[in-house]
Amino acid sequence: MCLAVPGRIIDLNEDTPFTRTGQVEFGGVVRLVNLTAVPEAKVGDYVLVHAGLAISLVCPEEAMRTIEYLSRLENTAENEEDWL
Amino acid sequence: MKFLDDFRDPALAEQCTKAILHLGTGHWKIMEVCGGQTHAIIKNGIDRILADRVTLLHGPGCPVCVTPAELIDQAVTLASREDVIFCSFGDMLRVRGGGRDLLSVKAAGGDVRTLYSPLDCLHIARDNPQQEVVFFAIGFETTAPVSACVVRQACQHGLRNFSILNAHVLIPPAIETILSAPQNQVQALLAPGHVCSVTGCAEYERLSIEYGIPIVITGFEPVDILQGIHMAVSQLEQGQARMENQYRRVVQYQGNKAAQALVRQVFRVVDRNWRGLGVIPGSGLALREEYEEYDAGKRFGLAESGAEASTSCIANMVLQGRRKPPDCPAFADTCTPERPLGASMVSSEGACAAYFRYCRNYKHANVTE
Repeated sequence: MCLAVPGRIIDLNEDTPFTRTGQVEFGGVVRLVNLTAVPEAKVGDYVLVHAGLAISLVCPEEAMRTIEYLSRLENTAENEEDWL
Repeated sequence: MKFLDDFRDPALAEQCTKAILHLGTGHWKIMEVCGGQTHAIIKNGIDRILADRVTLLHGPGCPVCVTPAELIDQAVTLASREDVIFCSFGDMLRVRGGGRDLLSVKAAGGDVRTLYSPLDCLHIARDNPQQEVVFFAIGFETTAPVSACVVRQACQHGLRNFSILNAHVLIPPAIETILSAPQNQVQALLAPGHVCSVTGCAEYERLSIEYGIPIVITGFEPVDILQGIHMAVSQLEQGQARMENQYRRVVQYQGNKAAQALVRQVFRVVDRNWRGLGVIPGSGLALREEYEEYDAGKRFGLAESGAEASTSCIANMVLQGRRKPPDCPAFADTCTPERPLGASMVSSEGACAAYFRYCRNYKHANVTE
């Protein structure tokens, strides 16, 4: 139920503050998404979409940081500090 | 897809798994709260690969599973009316309350529609002014903003033939119910990342301090879950108990303030009955007075049926992490996704359905006492 999918905003329609929408691309599939809850989102940003509403921005830098941290993760308990 | 494929990478998952297995020597019981996480854990065999070190207990985070039987009976009553177009997420169609399910109402000619987004209701209501359009609004904090959005837009556009049958619930009070039970076995929690993307982390920080357990806000892909478990086990091995955020690419400490404002504008917090858990104080959302005309219960004067779910299934114990699906005598026998006894066999995110689909023969291994 709480399934949410990340997609990239490729177009914005700013008709009224209540119905801010945009075209969002999910791996080649484009859907109209309600962007009311992410007023700061711009074209090119990634948003997390749940049931037609974007509920959050997705931060590419944090995603990369996580991947880099995990790639360095060794088989010890010593490296927690890197993540903090 | 970007942000999904990287977190499904088998090499990274293997590295993370090895790191968990090398962390200390204890055996820990960790509950993942969200049904989406349960599904990912069982599908990817994370519970089995870590079985020597970690027992994963499955939490109450499946809205379909916790919607009370009486509300499902109300949905069936509404959907059976000739003047109603009843709209729902697909998972709710096969759940029974005290009697029929919504799918049999549809089979008998009822206008029951499965939606991807509740926002589609606005078009349906506009295109069918002679009909009443009712949306079955279930879900946690992740879904509350879109329900709030649709009610507010209906109000702004003056749509008078739209209402919601509201079953919205909140996660933290349910977690408190589980953690404060005398028989609680949970030693750490993987908190639901998408819920937290809306609400933020503060409430989970409070729970971590109050109950003295590690809480790791965790995403939904296999590598996310493995990292969340790694962080939880790392804390447990070191005797620590704090809130941490694994899902940083999505969850910020303060959450999504615009979404929170939307929910606050339309809903207020009330006590709510959970299927399998009973009434939990402050665990539900009801429409505020200014939006009450959009409450289907009030509009149609619905009575509570007092229906109870089947007594031969142990879904209530499964939802609290006290039993695993294969412990149930009905599992994969008289209870299957085709003919479910309990809601957790119906929803694709229910723990029973996940076990049935991915490890049906895993009957008597790794069960809780």
